[in-house]
Amino acid sequence: MAVEVQPVLDAARLRADFPIFEQTFHGKPLAYLNSAATSQKPRQVLEAMTEFYETSYSNVHRGVYTLGERATAGLEGAREKVRAFVNAPTEREIIFVRNATEGLNLVAYAYGLARLKPGDVVLATQLEHHSNFVPWQYVAGRTGATFRIIPIDDNGDLRLEAVADAENVKVVAANIVSNSLGTIGDTRRLADWAHERGAILTCDAAQAAPHVRLDVQALGADFVAVSGHKMLGPSGIGFLWGRTEILLEMEPFLLGGHMIRNVGDERTTWGELPAKFEAGTSPVAEAVGLGAAIDYLEAVGLEAVEAHEHRLAAYALDLLAEIPGITLYGPPPERRAGIVMFNVEGVHPHDMAQILDLDGIAIRAGHHCCQPLMRKLGVPATNRASFYLYTIEDEIDRLAAGIRRAQELMS
Amino acid sequence: MADPGFDDLYREVILDHYKNPHNYGLLEPSDAHAEGQNPLCGDEVSVSIRFAEDGETIEEIGFEGRGCAISQAATSMLTDLVKGKRAAEVASLPKEEILDEVGIPLTPVRMKCAILGLGVVKVALNRAKGTPLPEEWQGLEIE
Repeated sequence: MAVEVQPVLDAARLRADFPIFEQTFHGKPLAYLNSAATSQKPRQVLEAMTEFYETSYSNVHRGVYTLGERATAGLEGAREKVRAFVNAPTEREIIFVRNATEGLNLVAYAYGLARLKPGDVVLATQLEHHSNFVPWQYVAGRTGATFRIIPIDDNGDLRLEAVADAENVKVVAANIVSNSLGTIGDTRRLADWAHERGAILTCDAAQAAPHVRLDVQALGADFVAVSGHKMLGPSGIGFLWGRTEILLEMEPFLLGGHMIRNVGDERTTWGELPAKFEAGTSPVAEAVGLGAAIDYLEAVGLEAVEAHEHRLAAYALDLLAEIPGITLYGPPPERRAGIVMFNVEGVHPHDMAQILDLDGIAIRAGHHCCQPLMRKLGVPATNRASFYLYTIEDEIDRLAAGIRRAQELMS
Repeated sequence: MADPGFDDLYREVILDHYKNPHNYGLLEPSDAHAEGQNPLCGDEVSVSIRFAEDGETIEEIGFEGRGCAISQAATSMLTDLVKGKRAAEVASLPKEEILDEVGIPLTPVRMKCAILGLGVVKVALNRAKGTPLPEEWQGLEIE
């Protein structure tokens, strides 16, 4: 008989891999509760990058010399790790970009701008980060297509019935995990919904990839964009996954070196995948760092990370709910990643974040690049505490105590 | 410098202005009006201004806003500061004057909160009197 083992990780032990926690802020140990904005980096990632720079760095793809081959192996080895990480059928579908935003812009420009026309409809959710909202709003405006919002309910679930009347839907833009409410979306269902209408589904997975297992073949989406920096990797690298058949038909995005097959005086032809979408010198050491981050995540296990975050979200929601005057937003803990968004009566989020900082606690205050959501909630700003594999309950206890202190001070 | 504590960051005078803002509420009718947001956090300030008979001196000013203690208190202080001053004088008012009034150490992010109101007042004056805009408001689409 198979035994169901609940995956467990030891956050206090993992924490020792992250040098950032070795210092104090305002005399207090760092409580880093802003991993949804960006994650901290384990020593293993930093060392992999340093070692690569010290022993293997060169430009890639064109060096005939041994060092050039070594650098190319570093980049392409990282691409294979990414492919396996998201279960893509081939590494030709893995395009390195600067971050998820660039990946989503690539889709909006190279797919949307070239294909959309008046009468077409683009749908983006009310829960989108600006990165998967603004490019489509803009490209719809440029092409004369209609841009519409898929409204959400209080849990962050999509109210698809509200856009059921939309005809000629060509693009649906949605996140897989929300960076604000933390809602884990039903991407498979949305992909089927989009495909039934002949539309593509382009997904912002910046908040999903670090926290839940992604399988692009099972998801059914057509594009999936990820930022490396939110998943223990360095800044300056991310990736876009897309289906071969769509990528082959698309126009290029950035033009220049490496993305060509032949440059004639009159006309240029494009290179093969993924080079067609990777103009210019690649972020090679960053790719190596991203590969090391994937190794780290796989060693811990994404299932263990997700379970850890559900536990922390439940712990935080219980603890914070006891605070008078607090409003908690979003779905129940089992349906959300490690993100808790809240407001506290009488204390503006900026003031909250400033006062918490005095206790060494880092949270995000503001609109979280989600102004459409803020309008739905009817608030200009909120507080957001977000967790990762290195987050411990003590940090959440300190958050709760800090919120109470802020209430007293501002009253 | 030692780490600032709460009392250094939120001086009594700031909390007073935040809780009981001066010149709160927009003027109807008014001679100049503008609203502006801090794009980093979405905080909002609206101001309206009425000039004296000379058409230059700010006789009345009112504001409304949603935001943190720093942005709202600084705007409240600003309304006291500019009343009785000429439009051209306020348009060239350096941000240091309002930062001195606020009188607390501000990080670059919070500094934007503190000068939001001043920027919006200068936009209103620009519209009504053609006075210069501050650098950070030039070339923007403003409601």
